[in-house]
Amino acid sequence: MIDRIASLGRSSLEVVGSLGRATQFLAGVLAGVPKPATGFPLLVKQVYSVGVLSLAIVVVSGLFIGMVLGLQGYTILSDYGSEAAIGQMIALTLVRELGPVVTALLFAGRAGSALTAEIGLMKATEQLSSMEMMGVDPLRRVIAPRLWAGFIAMPVLAMIFSVVGIWGGMLVGVEWLGVFEGSFWGNMQSSVDFVDDVLNGFIKSVVFGFVCAWIAVYQGYDCVPTSAGISSATTKTVVYSSLAVLGLDFVLTAVMFGDF
Amino acid sequence: MESSAYITLKDVVFSRSGRRIFDGVTLDIPEGKITAIMGPSGTGKTTLLRLIGGQLRPDSGQVTVAGHEVPRLKRKDLYRLREKVGMLFQSGALFTDISVYENVAFPLRVHTALPEDMIRDIVLMKLEAVGLRGARDLMPSELSGGMTRRVALARSIALDPELIMYDEPFAGQDPIAMGVLVKLIRDLNSSVGLTSVLVSHDVPESLSICHYACIIADGKVIGEGTPEELREHPSEQVQQFLNGQPDGPVPFHYPAADPGADFGTNGEAS
Repeated sequence: MIDRIASLGRSSLEVVGSLGRATQFLAGVLAGVPKPATGFPLLVKQVYSVGVLSLAIVVVSGLFIGMVLGLQGYTILSDYGSEAAIGQMIALTLVRELGPVVTALLFAGRAGSALTAEIGLMKATEQLSSMEMMGVDPLRRVIAPRLWAGFIAMPVLAMIFSVVGIWGGMLVGVEWLGVFEGSFWGNMQSSVDFVDDVLNGFIKSVVFGFVCAWIAVYQGYDCVPTSAGISSATTKTVVYSSLAVLGLDFVLTAVMFGDF
Repeated sequence: MESSAYITLKDVVFSRSGRRIFDGVTLDIPEGKITAIMGPSGTGKTTLLRLIGGQLRPDSGQVTVAGHEVPRLKRKDLYRLREKVGMLFQSGALFTDISVYENVAFPLRVHTALPEDMIRDIVLMKLEAVGLRGARDLMPSELSGGMTRRVALARSIALDPELIMYDEPFAGQDPIAMGVLVKLIRDLNSSVGLTSVLVSHDVPESLSICHYACIIADGKVIGEGTPEELREHPSEQVQQFLNGQPDGPVPFHYPAADPGADFGTNGEAS
């Protein structure tokens, strides 16, 4: 019994220590603002790497999810004779929930894991150490552009996901199942509110982007510099990011839409 | 020693993961000379370089480089000091996503405002010095181990540092690459007057180029002096290391339990 309590205490201390290190790390990254002349090109390169290169998976996933929503929505709504509301249902589901959440999960799997592996390998091959010894702070040069790139790219990807998803839902609902196009777009326009729905969804994606990028760069920077250590850090990035996104989504939804 | 000390370590104590790596190391590294730090594997030679470079902090004691007490320096001052220091890592530590040329140009681009044509001239001069001007467009993945080390050397001297630290420069090198590296280290010291710290366990190569050497074992400096003085050193430990003798005060085996307990033969002989 005593052993179990001691083990629980040790684990708790480890978690608290890790959270403390991650916060200290974040403060170090945010404090070191790079010079615009050197920092901007690095940021653009990373936005391309984590954002533009994630476009394919985001667009394809958005299209299929929108199409599935169209099919499922039509099946359910037609039972009540309200299939004309399908546009409203697809738009609200994507803009409020699925857009930010699914994009963040895809982002953690594609870009987050790549960021962790890249930084972990740089650590294992002493590239970060050599940078330090050249008088270049790796937090500014390597970590900060990647963190900010994730923060910038995620909301844009989430918006693209939602737009493509709505288009996919329109293809199925209007073009295939024959819902009247005017009702599809008209219902959507009248029911989707810019502040309540679009802006809140955008805020969610900003938060998710920041958290996913933070977890990814921290896991890479803090990993044990061996092949097993990098593998473990990459797995942790995907697992922790996914759990953080789903947990935060509940909290944010409760705050944004919870005034019943 | 005739010249003054560029690096001074005084009563340095350092532990990691509960193991004491250095237990009161005191050492002066002279300015403008090549100093070899030798010792068996796992005695903390690379750790010593990291303490000098400020990547690690000692538990107690002083580490002074060019008059600055390194563990007490603020982050900004430490990074400024490092601009005067070059370090050749054991793995080379080249940036794998950029070419040989860009690797050597990296410190120049970050720390100077030189125009591009001047950066180009300096990079080509440094690559010429290590015999790799023709390899400037190659990527690090296309280089052999010896070439990687030479590019890393060109990069570490790009800013004309006052101090250069070599971490196991001869490890895993073929005889030709080793000869080239020995010549490069010697030439750099004699032509530019760099203070050089060479960490290695390759005794003949290190003693052939260094002006001063010290041997570390059991967390302490067990012998130091010129190569000639070390060869005549009375310590058994020093002689065992220099002559590569398997038997002596330095144990070959890592501390372990009684073999009988591991192999299950305790009590069977009787």
